Amino acid sequence: MAEMLYQRDVYGKALVELGKKNKDIVVFDADLSGSTRTSFFAKEFPERFFNFGVAEQNMMAAATGLASCGKTVFVSTFAIFAAGRAWDQVRNSVAYSGYDVKIVATHAGISVGPDGASHQALEDIALMRAIPKMNIIVPCDGPQTREAVIACIDIKGAFYIRLGRPKVPTVENKGKFEFGKAQVITKGDDATIIACGIMVNEALAAAENLAKNGIKVRVINVHTIRPLDQDVILKAACETRGIVICEEHTVIGGLASSVQEVVAENNPVKVLCLGIKNRFGQSGSPSELLKEYNLTSFDIEEAVKKVIS
Amino acid sequence: MVEKDIEQLEEKAKQIRRLIIMMLVKAGSGHPGGSLSATDLITALYFHVLKHNPKDPKWPDRDRFHMSKGHCCPLWYAVLAESGYFSFDELWTLRQFGSILQGHPDRRTPGVDVASGSLGQGLSVSLGMSLAAKLDKKDYRVYCLLGDGEIQEGNVWEAAMACAHFKSDNICAMLDYNGFQIDGKVCEVMNLEPVAAKWKAFGWHTMEIDGHNMKEILSAFDEAKKVKGKPSIVIAHTTKGKGVTFMENVCDFHGRAPTKDEAEKALKELE
Repeated sequence: MAEMLYQRDVYGKALVELGKKNKDIVVFDADLSGSTRTSFFAKEFPERFFNFGVAEQNMMAAATGLASCGKTVFVSTFAIFAAGRAWDQVRNSVAYSGYDVKIVATHAGISVGPDGASHQALEDIALMRAIPKMNIIVPCDGPQTREAVIACIDIKGAFYIRLGRPKVPTVENKGKFEFGKAQVITKGDDATIIACGIMVNEALAAAENLAKNGIKVRVINVHTIRPLDQDVILKAACETRGIVICEEHTVIGGLASSVQEVVAENNPVKVLCLGIKNRFGQSGSPSELLKEYNLTSFDIEEAVKKVIS
Repeated sequence: MVEKDIEQLEEKAKQIRRLIIMMLVKAGSGHPGGSLSATDLITALYFHVLKHNPKDPKWPDRDRFHMSKGHCCPLWYAVLAESGYFSFDELWTLRQFGSILQGHPDRRTPGVDVASGSLGQGLSVSLGMSLAAKLDKKDYRVYCLLGDGEIQEGNVWEAAMACAHFKSDNICAMLDYNGFQIDGKVCEVMNLEPVAAKWKAFGWHTMEIDGHNMKEILSAFDEAKKVKGKPSIVIAHTTKGKGVTFMENVCDFHGRAPTKDEAEKALKELE
């Protein structure tokens, strides 16, 4: 049984670790520090933690002002508020001025569960990707969350790191994390599955089952949505018979769009997308919702069979 | 403050107004009304109050200024050039392709730390700068210019609440209360009154002055420096288009550049 971790627990601990080494790290939250786990940092470094209350727009623009004075500012809240509520502040203050503001948004995707549609950010990657120069990482599990948070400190500019709410299984054998480099987790030339976030684990389960039927699938974890690793994607487009893309996000503007844009421009191959299709979310358990929105390993298996048929 | 210094600042303000008119007529578009109304405030700030070094725009201990009402950047660019941040020649490239002087401010202009233009965000940006000063135990101050129409944005009040909550006494905001916005009189489009009471209620040290009276402007900045434990705001009652009679209180000049004839007439008045 794989290790199960909350990405936000890992994030909270990583912040404390980084805060000890780097006095220029400051953390902002908007009344969700318990949920995002920035509370860990707040407890350790109260003088470098600022709670902005339920006012995300102010928080984002203030992060820009603080970062303009040489600080690295981690800003956390739920993805729906970070990317949605404060979009104009993220575009016009954070990204346009391009200082070291690292937005780490939690509770992204349908797997938020019982809170329902208003709290399930299914458009956040699209919103962030539309903004020039915004670096975007979607870690697939706990350990990768830590690696992403550590990596973003050394890269100048604005970041959006997308985390989920529930515990997620740790993905084995994915190799070293390198910002901007996709991870080829399984080898195979029949088909490719490209996934990010919690869908990587579903993709691997699908690949394992398909292998039993003699279908060899290459599973690629595209943890960095921008800058996108075009080489690995185009290699897969050349070497396999079709691509299935899975994400816990609308199929408009996120991972699916990113991959399709690259493939269509360079090497058109058959692509099938599993993601949210023109629907809002709803209440339910994460597993019920993944099933309802066709995001299970079974759905991926069927899509792979279809794409190579 | 001697009478002579006041006269010098008044003369400087006249020069800044001339530059604004010259830039705008050359650019063919832009916002004269709110640039001219805030000219006395920003002239006093840059040439008498602000601790800065035009030869070293990134000097870490400098006082910060952020123009939240970014559309009035002709004023900002004029004081930056007059201070020596860049050559006057740049002013005549305002709003042109490739210029370091964009239609709304961004970081390509020396002396501009953070972009603005989307209204309502600047007081938040200033709050961030103020928190940096406190964290680094530095005594620089942060000045922020707000427009009256601008404070209709909800983000401003989120920031107002937070500045008081964090006891940001190193912040001095200025409200250019000229009474006009694009669609007409502020009191008719979306009334702000009672303005002073609102800022007081949000926990600010609130001052009301004639925004064209240099003595009052300087003493307000002085008073703000002495306030401890809360942010200060100078509510400056101003005249839109101040200094050019035919532009004064004419809503059309919020966002229209003067024609060549109008500019000539304006410059004559500002001699």
